[in-house]
Order: sequence, then C-alpha cells, then structure tokens
Amino acid sequence: MASPMTPGVAMDGAQSGAKPTLLSIRGVAKTFGRNPVLRNVSLEIAEGEFLTILGESGSGKTTLLRIIAGFESATSGELWMGTERLDHQPAYRRRVNTVFQNYALFPHLTVAQNVGYGLRVAKRPAAEIAQRVAEALDKVKMTAHAKSNPSKISGGQQQRVALARALVNRPRLLLLDEPLSALDANLRRQMQVELKSLQREVGIAFVFVTHDQEEAMVMSDRIALLRSGELEQVASPREIYNRPATAYVASFIGHTNLLKGEVQGGMVRCASLAWPASLPDGPVLFSLRPEHVRLAGAGSSGDAVIRVRGRVLQQAFHGATELIRVDCADGLVLVVRTPSGVGISSRLHHDVELEFSAADAVLVRESPERN
Amino acid sequence: MFSRAYKTVVTVPPLLWVTVFLLVPYLLMFCYSFWSVSPQQVIVHSWNLDNYKDLLHKTVYWQTLLRSMWIAVRVTLFSLLLGYPLAYFLSFYAGKRKDLLYQMVIIPLWVSYLVRAYAWKTILGSDGVLNTLLQYVHLTRHPLDFLLYSPFAVVLTLTHIYTPFTILPIYAALEHIPRNLVEASHDLGATPAQTFWKVVFPLSIPGVVAGATFAFVLSLGDFLAPLLLGGPSGIMISNIVVSLFGAAYNWPLGAAISLAMLAIVVSLLFLSERLEKKWSFS
Repeated sequence: MASPMTPGVAMDGAQSGAKPTLLSIRGVAKTFGRNPVLRNVSLEIAEGEFLTILGESGSGKTTLLRIIAGFESATSGELWMGTERLDHQPAYRRRVNTVFQNYALFPHLTVAQNVGYGLRVAKRPAAEIAQRVAEALDKVKMTAHAKSNPSKISGGQQQRVALARALVNRPRLLLLDEPLSALDANLRRQMQVELKSLQREVGIAFVFVTHDQEEAMVMSDRIALLRSGELEQVASPREIYNRPATAYVASFIGHTNLLKGEVQGGMVRCASLAWPASLPDGPVLFSLRPEHVRLAGAGSSGDAVIRVRGRVLQQAFHGATELIRVDCADGLVLVVRTPSGVGISSRLHHDVELEFSAADAVLVRESPERN
Repeated sequence: MFSRAYKTVVTVPPLLWVTVFLLVPYLLMFCYSFWSVSPQQVIVHSWNLDNYKDLLHKTVYWQTLLRSMWIAVRVTLFSLLLGYPLAYFLSFYAGKRKDLLYQMVIIPLWVSYLVRAYAWKTILGSDGVLNTLLQYVHLTRHPLDFLLYSPFAVVLTLTHIYTPFTILPIYAALEHIPRNLVEASHDLGATPAQTFWKVVFPLSIPGVVAGATFAFVLSLGDFLAPLLLGGPSGIMISNIVVSLFGAAYNWPLGAAISLAMLAIVVSLLFLSERLEKKWSFS
C-alpha cells in the first residue's frame, strides 16, 4: 500500500499512458431542454483499451455513448479521433460500432444476414462478405445458427450475434450499451469473461457502459465513473477501489466507511478516534474499507494501529465474508468485513474491539451536491 | 369466471345479427345467382348457370369488371404513393406535431362521402374551379372535358377518399419499428437511403399490404364516385349491379356479378393476409 494521504492520483494508469490515444472527448456537454445531462466531460480513450463508463441511471452514461456513436449531438464540446473531428460526421461514416442494450438485431434478416449487413451496405464483394461473416460467426460460436431468425435464438445468442455484427466491420472503437443487463446472473458472469477475452483477442478498444460496479471492476482496464453528468474519477479498477478520489466514488464502488473528521495540529480527530497525520488544519473526510477493519486481538501491532470498542448492531452473511455493523459510540458506526466463521456469528449485541491502521484510511474529497 | 347466462346474453345477439343480416342474405344471393328471370319479368326458381355464362360472354360485364379493377389498381397505387411518404413523415419526423397531423388525416373521414365527391364536381366541372383557373392563366383556351365524367375523375376522387385508409395502417406499421433498428443500421454504415430500403421499408410491408388491400377493395366496390363523376366512360361494376337490382330488375344476374366480386375480394384478402404474415416479425 502506498502513501495513504495522497488522494486519487494516477498510480497505475499504465493502460492510458503506454498506448496512443484513439478517441479524445473534449469538454462535451449535453442539455435536453433545460436539463443538463452531461457537463464538460473530457476523456481520452486509448487504442485497444477496455474502458467502462460506470454510473447510476440518469448519470448520463448512455447519452455519452450515444454522442460517441453519433445518435445524439453534443450541445458543446468536440470529439477527435486522431486528426479527424468525429462529431461533425454522421453516425454512418464513423468507424465506431455499437452493441445495443437489447441487441437491435434486424428481425427480417437471418443471423448471417444481420452479421453481413455492414459489409453489404459498404458494397464489399460477395465472396469477401461470405468469408468475413463466416469468420465472425465462428469467433462467437454461432456458425450453427447462421440461417436462424434472430427471434428464434436465446438472449445470450442474440448478444453474440450483435457482437459479431459489430466486429465484422473492424471498427476502431466498439461501444457496448449495457449489453449484459438483459441476461440472467450466471450467463452474465460467463459473458463478462468471454467479452473480456474477445476484446483482448481482437485488440479493438471497447467502451462499455454499465451501472454494475462489479461488472466494471471485473472487465475494465479503466473505469470512468460518471455522476450527474460529470466525471467523478477515471482510473484503473484497482486504483479506483484503493484510492477513490471522492466520497461518492468510495461508496459507489464497494462498501466503505466514510469518516468525517477534523485536523488540528497534526492530529486527525474523528468521533472518539485520533491519529497523527501530516495534513493542514481543517475538516477532512476519509474512506476506510470494511476489510481494513479487523477484530482486535492476535498479531496486531504498530503505532499506526487505531483501536475502538463498540457493540455489534447487525450482521450480514456474504458467503466467504461477513459484513458486521458496529456501533462505536459518538455517532460512529463502522462496517467491518471479516472472513466467515471467525466466531463472531454469536456476538450480535455483544461488545467487540476493532482496530485498523491509519494507513488504510484514504483521504477523499467531499462530493459536491448536484441535481 | 362468467356464468352461462352471461355468456349467452353476450354472444347470442351478435351471432343472431350476423346470421340474419349477413349469412342469410349471402345465402339468398347465392341461390338467386342460379335462378333466372322470365320474359314476363318474374324470377323463376329454376337452377342453371346462365347468369355466370352471361358474365363471361357478354362483353359489357367483364369489361366493366376489368375497368373497375384497373381503376382500383390505380387508386391503390396513387394512395400508396401519397400515403406512404405522409405516414413516414408523420412517424419519423413530425415530432411534437405528430398528434395534430394524425388528427388532420383522420378528420376527412368524418366528412360525408357525398360532400367530398361533390366537392370534386365543383372543382373539375367545365365551369369548375380548375378549368376557370387554367383558362384565366391562359394555359388552356377551352374547358378540359376529360376532367369530369371520366375515369380520371373517378380515380382522383377515390384516391382522395381512400388515401387515409392507406395512411393509417402504414403509419401503424412504421410506429411499430423499434427506433434502435434505424440507429443500428446507421451505426453499421448504412446511409439514410440504404436504411430506408433495407430496414424501414421491409418492416413496413405489412402496413403497405393492409393499406393496399383497403384501397383496392373499397374502391373496387365503389358506386357513388362513378355515379356522380364517372360519366358513361367511368361506369364501374357496382353501378351495373345497382341497376340490375333496380331498374333492370334482373336480380339473378346482379347476384351472380356480386358473388363474382365477392370471390375476387375474398381471394384478395386471403392473399394479403398471407403476405402480411410473411412479412411480420415479432
């Protein structure tokens, strides 16, 4: 763990640094009527990266995707792909393809005709179309259904066809609008893995939109977290989890304890807790992950360890781990994640002693109110 | 669950209605078509195929039937050519004015057929609006006489009257097309024109077929427009049927012609249903 007191600076932004920029989104804003949906979004998408735009519903993530695809025009701002100004081109000229949320397969065409659509409208020779369609269907394991009607195949299969239909055109950028949201949980996990490995294989940059933070963590090289139309943080999953820039990021991605405190003369005071920190005086906010809080006892040592007593309020069993809410008095409630079966299961309403190390408390910015 | 009594009360009246006013008349017509009229103008209940032979052998009948079909084909074609673009505009580009424009398509249907037909009479007549205008701007010297009392007038009037019947099913079909299919087509590199011909039009075919069927069937059986505006050259088959049941007092022949038309219309409806099924995906 690196120095705990520096808020969300790029630590492992290797993905964005190493590869050249493919798409540059510069100060994009979008207003529907009087309602601002996106405000001043700037983002660079690197060649071959898997970038996830993560956000709650209404955060503007789909609008951003639709602006990149060309289905909406930005109220202000620019899109650049290399030296090309993308936002002045109609959707059908952009070398960007989309996998739609409910796949949008053409119902009057067979699976193979759907996949070949882009090549046909580009007037490629018939032999080339046949070959590329066969390859694409093979890649997504749908060769057997080439002549089927899209309505006759399952949701997961439609998903694959939609992927093949987009990828067969060899786009420079593939946009995916919550493509897994219609699938059930098991198929969804399987498709997450498949999509990720497909992306590595084809080497095309993916921009993936989801509201599911777990999905974002599993699949992405980088996550761009959107909140009320503004980017809250753009970073790798590890960094965004370990070094959330704001209180919103910390609580949106995984569970966290937000500790509101005050720095006075090199000491942080938060409820009954206190620990030394080299910070200027003033109010501060820390994010402390539940797994960084332990039940005090065996094997803990060091100066930076902070201990606190409290009463177990609530327990939730999560399989491998349990989440326990502990009331530590003075209005401080800590959520603790412990491995299951460490004997705490019988401790509801009992007193426990907790400890965490100051290094694990990450300084975060207060998230400003937005409508 | 509904009680037996309730089901009876609800189903019997409509069934009775259909039987008394639809099935029985059809059956009667069917019988009449095999009977004949004696020289003394009495309907003779002797079974024969003479009426159907007349229909095939007397030029005036099958020619009028063919002309009626040709008029109906033209009406269908023009209604589609006028109706499709309007329905397309309404569905895809009308935006906030959609409801208003939709109502404006519907409203003419509330106006009496006769009023609309007479309106064309005042427009197309030799002292009518159009001829006066053409002479006023010196495009013509004499009134154009093919404008009124001609097949042209019939086609024009029927097109005007039945175009809304093509717009509505086409509009409904277009409204059913998920807009993300249009976006997907653009996304895959298809220009707006390619998108129209490869996605929008194929998916609207059920509406086109339904609209075409309406326009054809309704105008094939029309007798008011030819009566008011057709003149001798614009007579349609229904006018003959009307006169056979009226002044000519030849119900058997009238019934035979009616059944022949019924056969044409039913086979057409059958065909259009097949076509609609073939082209609907949902």
